[in-house]
Amino acid sequence: MLEIRNLNVNYGDVQVIWGVSFEIKKGEVVALIGANGAGKSTILKTISGIIRPASGEILFEGQPIHTHEAYTLIETGLAHVPEARRLFVEMTVEENLDMGSLKGEARKNRQKTREMVFDLFPRLRDRRKQIAGTLSGGEQQMVAIGRGLMSLPSLIMFDEPSLGLAPILVREIFDVIKKIRGEGVTVMIVEQNVKQTLAISDRAYVLETGKVVMEGTGESLLNDEHVRKAYLGV
Amino acid sequence: MTAPQVEVLLQTILSGLLLGGLYALIGIGMTLIMGVMKIINLAHGELMMVGMYIAYVLFSTFHIDPYLSILVAAPALFLLGVFLQKFLINPVMKVDAIIPENQVILTVGIGMVLANIATIIFSSDYKTTPVDYATKAWYLSDIWKTSPIEISLSLPWTVSFCCALAITGGLWFFLGKTDMGKSIRATAQDKDAALLMGVNVEKMRVVTFGLGSALVGSAGCLFIPIYYLYPDLGGQFTLTAFVITILGGLGSTVGAIVGGLILGVFESLTSTYAGMGWAPVGRFVIFLAALIFVPQGIMSLFTRKRFGK
Repeated sequence: MLEIRNLNVNYGDVQVIWGVSFEIKKGEVVALIGANGAGKSTILKTISGIIRPASGEILFEGQPIHTHEAYTLIETGLAHVPEARRLFVEMTVEENLDMGSLKGEARKNRQKTREMVFDLFPRLRDRRKQIAGTLSGGEQQMVAIGRGLMSLPSLIMFDEPSLGLAPILVREIFDVIKKIRGEGVTVMIVEQNVKQTLAISDRAYVLETGKVVMEGTGESLLNDEHVRKAYLGV
Repeated sequence: MTAPQVEVLLQTILSGLLLGGLYALIGIGMTLIMGVMKIINLAHGELMMVGMYIAYVLFSTFHIDPYLSILVAAPALFLLGVFLQKFLINPVMKVDAIIPENQVILTVGIGMVLANIATIIFSSDYKTTPVDYATKAWYLSDIWKTSPIEISLSLPWTVSFCCALAITGGLWFFLGKTDMGKSIRATAQDKDAALLMGVNVEKMRVVTFGLGSALVGSAGCLFIPIYYLYPDLGGQFTLTAFVITILGGLGSTVGAIVGGLILGVFESLTSTYAGMGWAPVGRFVIFLAALIFVPQGIMSLFTRKRFGK
């Protein structure tokens, strides 16, 4: 479904991603794990077109997308829930959700999808008219995920969804991600919260200083000596 | 206070509010552009001047009422704004320059060029559109015979104010209820997130510059029945818009409305009680006071302070 081939990305003169290749198959939950600064978010931003790759190919459903303008990608079924949520903080919850469904089928089904999002996060239904910037961190993350779902994506990419959340909320968010997968949506997740992420992932790639150093099933990586030492502190 | 004094005060405040409504419309245009593009458009007053000349030409050659000329001036200014953004400002925004705010300097240049073109075409004479209702007014004593005080409401000022109100209302609806309006606000709040939502950010910038120009062009048409026109008039209105934008908190439309009304009333008070010549001084007193006491803009006084933001 998504295929990254030999991706190189530079920030100015500094190369940050070195020949990264990986793929995500339909229906999978695939994680990209690694420490701060390993280049996880950069890869997601490159996939969604905010950053242009220096070389390499990104294929989505067989089509190259790295040459597309960033704003056209959501229509192809690719949703990106960005790091630190990036809500439109002066808009209401409902308006934020509307922003996720600007085009095509998503626009036609706006009311229906919104109800579905409210069923997933009942707390947001009560706060639909509230300004997003005044919500708690957990609620903001729910809005960010909801906004991503509003586009009726076939692949949804989460960038650090557990960032800055209390453990109980982290579990709630991961439960929701499992539910989303259950609806047949393919999930890519970038996380530093390695243990919980690997537990819900089919496969994972380990990224270190811009290179993929390891890959395997979630379970096998959880038991891997290097991963346990470097990321789980065991 | 004696009755005549109350009369003068009320009359002054009323005139100030009417003026403030028009100021708000000018300020909203600038604040919209500020919000989406993060630049101060220093050609704003000159764009208004262009709108006024359009109204003037339509009046003097076809005898079209200045208020009706909004229907021509607004689309014309929209196109002019789109052109300026697409072919002049956007290319400059993309260049890594030594001066980070070089687009702002570009807008100064655009303003100069517009003013000089106007001078070439129309010469620097003062122009007016002498409409026959220019001096018409309503008086309080007409409706309340025994009123102890007398207040008048000038017809063109009132019509201008109501038009400004209607245009602002229309803009409010557009920004709040339509997908495109929401996209413009989203672009102002978080450009990258807007891109991820499928918003064509570059197009929004072009539309916003067009919209801001159309708004200030309409304000020009509302001003001309009560004002006079000459090519260099833009500068003073750019300053007015700038003061309103600062007063309102950069990029806030509600702030611009409140800022416009405050400025209008304050200017009106200074010209009544300190003399006409002091009105610009009043404007800068407000400007300095805003910078020193409410640097976040007037709306920050009403919203609860949030931590971390």
